[in-house]
Amino acid sequence: MSIRVENLTKTYKSQHAIDHINFEIKSGEIVGFLGPNGAGKTTTMKILTCYIPPTSGSAWVNGLNVETDSIEVRKQIGYLPEHNPLYMDMYVKEYLMFAASVYQLNNKTQRVKEMIELTGLQIEQNKKIGQLSKGYRQRVGLAQAIIHNPKVLILDEPTSGLDPNQIVEIRNLIINIGKEKTVLLSTHIMQEVEAMCNRVMIVKNGKIVANGKPEELKHSFSPDNIVQVSFNHTLNAKQLSELNNLSEASLLADSTYIVKSKKGEDIIKSEIFNFAVKQELILTEMKLIESSLEDVFKNVTK
Amino acid sequence: MFSILAKEIRSFLSSLIAIIVIIVFLVANGLFIWIFNETNILDAGYANIDPFFELAPIIFIFLISAITMRSFSEEKKTGTFEILSTKPITDLSIILGKYFAGLLIVLFSILPTFIYYYTIHKLSIPIGNIDTGAIWGSYLGLIFLSAGYVSIGLFSSVITDNQIVSFIVSMFLCFFFYSSFEYLSSFEIFKKTDFFIEWFGINFHYRNISRGVVDTRDVVYFLSLIVLFIWLTKIIFNSRKW
Repeated sequence: MSIRVENLTKTYKSQHAIDHINFEIKSGEIVGFLGPNGAGKTTTMKILTCYIPPTSGSAWVNGLNVETDSIEVRKQIGYLPEHNPLYMDMYVKEYLMFAASVYQLNNKTQRVKEMIELTGLQIEQNKKIGQLSKGYRQRVGLAQAIIHNPKVLILDEPTSGLDPNQIVEIRNLIINIGKEKTVLLSTHIMQEVEAMCNRVMIVKNGKIVANGKPEELKHSFSPDNIVQVSFNHTLNAKQLSELNNLSEASLLADSTYIVKSKKGEDIIKSEIFNFAVKQELILTEMKLIESSLEDVFKNVTK
Repeated sequence: MFSILAKEIRSFLSSLIAIIVIIVFLVANGLFIWIFNETNILDAGYANIDPFFELAPIIFIFLISAITMRSFSEEKKTGTFEILSTKPITDLSIILGKYFAGLLIVLFSILPTFIYYYTIHKLSIPIGNIDTGAIWGSYLGLIFLSAGYVSIGLFSSVITDNQIVSFIVSMFLCFFFYSSFEYLSSFEIFKKTDFFIEWFGINFHYRNISRGVVDTRDVVYFLSLIVLFIWLTKIIFNSRKW
């Protein structure tokens, strides 16, 4: 178990930032941490990285308690805080050398070189961090987080504020780095979670409201397959009831219907096709509507 | 600790703070001690550099505050404080790293003033007729004093994320510890306890050491002052955990 959290609570004055949360992350998993702003994602991450102590409850990283074995835990974690704070007046190499020396690595120069290659900072390696674009700064932030080859990576909104191309680059970088590591990352971008994560945890008001694989969550949110179908003209009542016999249908817009069924996608489609042939209707459109993680998110955090 | 120290020294040098502080310190001292009429040594007629040791504590109030004001304030403001405190280093080694970096810069600014000693040594008649013991004592006193100032400055920096606030608080505290106890002790109402009150001030011990007598009580005073402010710094450093 890479990360284990039991009854973790953090209270600021009277407000519960996180409220008795429990979860476990197996080694090698990439877990997406979702939730509205202020739900407690950052607080959880700050506790795991030993920045702040929990009010009650405990957390373990690779079997080490974050409160009692704080220094050991910090050695095993690579952390990219929210907003990626950096020393703007330091040079990229200088900063990475500093990070390497803080982790007391033996082959600092070699390791810094590897990180620069891994994160694609070659062209920018002789610049000051303050001169870099946001995407490259994010790479520097990632490079300092992984320079000591940590087993666990905690990334707080690693792609926020980047342009779409940079997001894809950083995402690929994380996927690449995360192959042999346990990664806990928070984000607001749902596609990112679907693209990268094995598992999703959604928090709301300091409590975990959903936890599972993205497909499982989507499936449990709407177990039915949904097909959107359009005909060349609006169905009359009799035709509609006949369609309803096949599966549950409802009108979406003129001559466009939503068909919900527990049956498989292919079966629904062929049934609708046969229905159209029988009723001498022309099918103008037919597509499967997948429920998105966004729907799940909206539903559980409402 | 050494990685932090090295980083701090680098940032002092790259932001020119160190260079500016050293230059300002030397220019101000040079002007007052060798050029300006009122205070210069050459006209005073005595073979000593007392004006330097009287002036340096005042100049250091400004310069050391300027050196230390950013050490924690900036980290807090830019958020790198979070990076630093989630690295596998103890709080104390972060603080000490920053402390010794500041102190090192100060020592570097004191170092060139040995030339003052050499000059007076050469100018005295007969050559070398100079109270060497008192001068080395004064240097030791000045080093203790600046070590105390740096710890005060560090504390002022950790309490705020605003460098200006830190600078002003640091100047006030340095000045307060340097001479306010002396002023207080001169009040009539403190007549009976005046020695005791004066004892709390830096100046009292600084003057003692300057005489060339290194009394353990004075050394203990300076060390406790440093430890006190580093300890306070550590407490505030951990305030995020309260």
